[in-house]
Amino acid sequence: MKLLTGNDLKTGFVTWWTGADWSLHIEDAADVGEAGEAILAVEEAARRVNAPYIIAGEQTADGPRPAHIKDRIRALGPTVRPDLTLKPADPAAGDWVI
Amino acid sequence: MVEHLQADGEEPCVTLDAFLDQSNATAVRLESDEDARALIPFLDRLKLIEVAFPKFRDGRGYSSARILREAGYSGELRAQGDVLVDQIGYLKRCGFDSFAPEKDLNPADVEAALTRWPEHYQGAADGAVPIWKLRHG
Amino acid sequence: MYKYDEYDQQMVDARVAEFADQVKRRLAGEITEDQFKPLRLMNGLYLQLHAYMLRVAVPYGTLDGRQMRMLAHIARKYDRDYGHFTTRQNIQYNWIKLEDAPAILADLASVEMHAIQTSGNCIRNISSDQWAGAAADELTDPRPWAELLRQWSSFHPEFSYLPRKFKIAVIAAEEDRAAMRLHDIGIQIVEKDGVHGAAFYVGGGMGRTPMIAPLIKDFVPLDDLLSYTEACLRVYNRYGRRDNIYKARIKILIHELGADEYRRQVEEEFAHVKSLGIDPPKAEFDRIAAQFAMPPLEASASDKVDRTDPDFAVWVDQNVAAHKVPGHAIVNISLKPLGGIPGDASSAQIDLMADLAERYSHDELRVTHAQNIVLPHVRKADLFAIWQALDAADLATPNLDLISDIIACPGLDYCSLANARSIPVAQKIAQRFADPARQRDLGELKLKISGCINACGHHHAGHIGILGVDRKGTENYQLLLGGSGAEDVSLGTITGPGFDEDGIVDAIERVTDKYLSERTDGERFVDTYRRVGMAPFKEAIYG
Repeated sequence: MKLLTGNDLKTGFVTWWTGADWSLHIEDAADVGEAGEAILAVEEAARRVNAPYIIAGEQTADGPRPAHIKDRIRALGPTVRPDLTLKPADPAAGDWVI
Repeated sequence: MVEHLQADGEEPCVTLDAFLDQSNATAVRLESDEDARALIPFLDRLKLIEVAFPKFRDGRGYSSARILREAGYSGELRAQGDVLVDQIGYLKRCGFDSFAPEKDLNPADVEAALTRWPEHYQGAADGAVPIWKLRHG
Repeated sequence: MYKYDEYDQQMVDARVAEFADQVKRRLAGEITEDQFKPLRLMNGLYLQLHAYMLRVAVPYGTLDGRQMRMLAHIARKYDRDYGHFTTRQNIQYNWIKLEDAPAILADLASVEMHAIQTSGNCIRNISSDQWAGAAADELTDPRPWAELLRQWSSFHPEFSYLPRKFKIAVIAAEEDRAAMRLHDIGIQIVEKDGVHGAAFYVGGGMGRTPMIAPLIKDFVPLDDLLSYTEACLRVYNRYGRRDNIYKARIKILIHELGADEYRRQVEEEFAHVKSLGIDPPKAEFDRIAAQFAMPPLEASASDKVDRTDPDFAVWVDQNVAAHKVPGHAIVNISLKPLGGIPGDASSAQIDLMADLAERYSHDELRVTHAQNIVLPHVRKADLFAIWQALDAADLATPNLDLISDIIACPGLDYCSLANARSIPVAQKIAQRFADPARQRDLGELKLKISGCINACGHHHAGHIGILGVDRKGTENYQLLLGGSGAEDVSLGTITGPGFDEDGIVDAIERVTDKYLSERTDGERFVDTYRRVGMAPFKEAIYG
């Protein structure tokens, strides 16, 4: 699957295209298929996202999972500071990254 | 003083190679990878030197401008190309007195850029008195 | 230390206003990200893996208690309650919002701080010896020259769009505590016939193509320092490569021209530049230098240290260095506690260090390129009280220059350029070698980890270096031996095939075991390696 991601312009938060909107949570990310570039251009021009780009991922039982570890770390947060991630209370979250 | 557009009737710039070949042009264009010092023997004949900025990241034109002013060039020195308003201040300090940006600049932004800095740390080509001189007279 | 006058304050205030305006225009869509990027980079603001990252300048690593408290305040108010001290003596915050950046810069400006030119293709923070002004071996305090260079390089109109970033270091001792030879320009203040001058080393760097800076000029009169630097930069700006970002540093230009030809071009340019009158008069240098005078240290401070407490004694032996003034010492605060993140400090820890500086170190601190903190001017009589306060805050790890005093870049946990995580590797190594007695037995062993070839962890300059790479989508680690960023400068050599995260820890243990079996009296690890060569170590690692 192809995931469209970027950062919120004002806050810098990592965001994921849900199909209709931008979410902080990768679980909400939609498969943009081949339409990613077109969506990206519109959203960037409207400043609803900053520095967007498309990554590869796969659909899993837990939701979309980026193919590359860098994108998984980006989706969740630093592996060395679980308290600063999006899932500070979830001990299994680190396994999802690695 | 900042001028944005090439005035009607102004002599077009010849390339450096053409200028060095021909004797009577008064306007020359220097590409970003060309040596400004090649013009030094001819500065008193030139009314306009246009320095190219093909990409705003290409900062060679700043050196070219200062070199020309340091050599005594007193004609119009124009920055042409990918010139952003946020570079206007540095360009002027390096000796540019006219600008031909690819994309039009907002005059209010240009004015703000030119009046932003009360003083400067270092001497350059604009004759501004550097801070160390203000400190010690 | 240097205090701003009205001119310096005006400049940072104008910069704050300029950036606030640029942010406003970006948020309003008047400029694109592509146009905004170089502007925000010149104010130290990156778009990084998790959010915007702000790199605040700590000029030549020197700051006072008030400034340190502001760094803690920024961490608390705008970030996630901690900061990361870097290998260029700066501090980074990883969770900054663009909309807060103007306010942050205004807060910094209120205490004479800024984030000017901490990124971008311009002249970056001038770095220096973290023991400047306190070490007995220095010829003079190098920092007035660093301050002169800082002002000269700030908002320099000709050199703000260089082919690539430009890093300058200034030292004034034979012992190189600032990795000077691995900078674009390394300046060593030297003495010749009773006169001080500057030796210029130009063209060092790490990254993809590490190079040790060759000596370009052995003695530049100090009156010519800025003109000569200007000439070096102008030749680079005009002729540095702009076709390939991996070949755009000055080290490539000098490598391709040859040092002799580069020198010739600089001399030619210098002869011209010198006539422009850009060098400030001695009065300006004196004005700056006066602010770096030794603080009023107690004249007859006691040289005695009560070593009754064994943990305190261990810390004194490892982390406290000699001061040029009797009865005083240089305290090195390790930011590499077991289980911690190298170079990170919480806002509470930063506040504590500010307090200690004000109370015990004449209100001065230093940031080191090894990501530690220094209290440069303490009385020996105060060492115990300082240690107790540090110990209570997990800041008293007695591991300066030992194997667990690891330099590590943030790596893939924080950096979008990285190929592999560096921090977990650092933590695993520190855990493997946790026994303090074992560390002391191994002695001085500078281990440096980079998460990618950009080498922000200085792995080429590690006695043991580790480079994280991406091997078919998996993190992999290459091992290097024999580098050094000190005056015995050398670049590390790769041992052979790489390892996974657990494998690299095992490999390092085999390396250190081999060292212990080979070393002769007094040899550091790197000395043994240089004597016996790679072969025995390679054999030990790979069998």
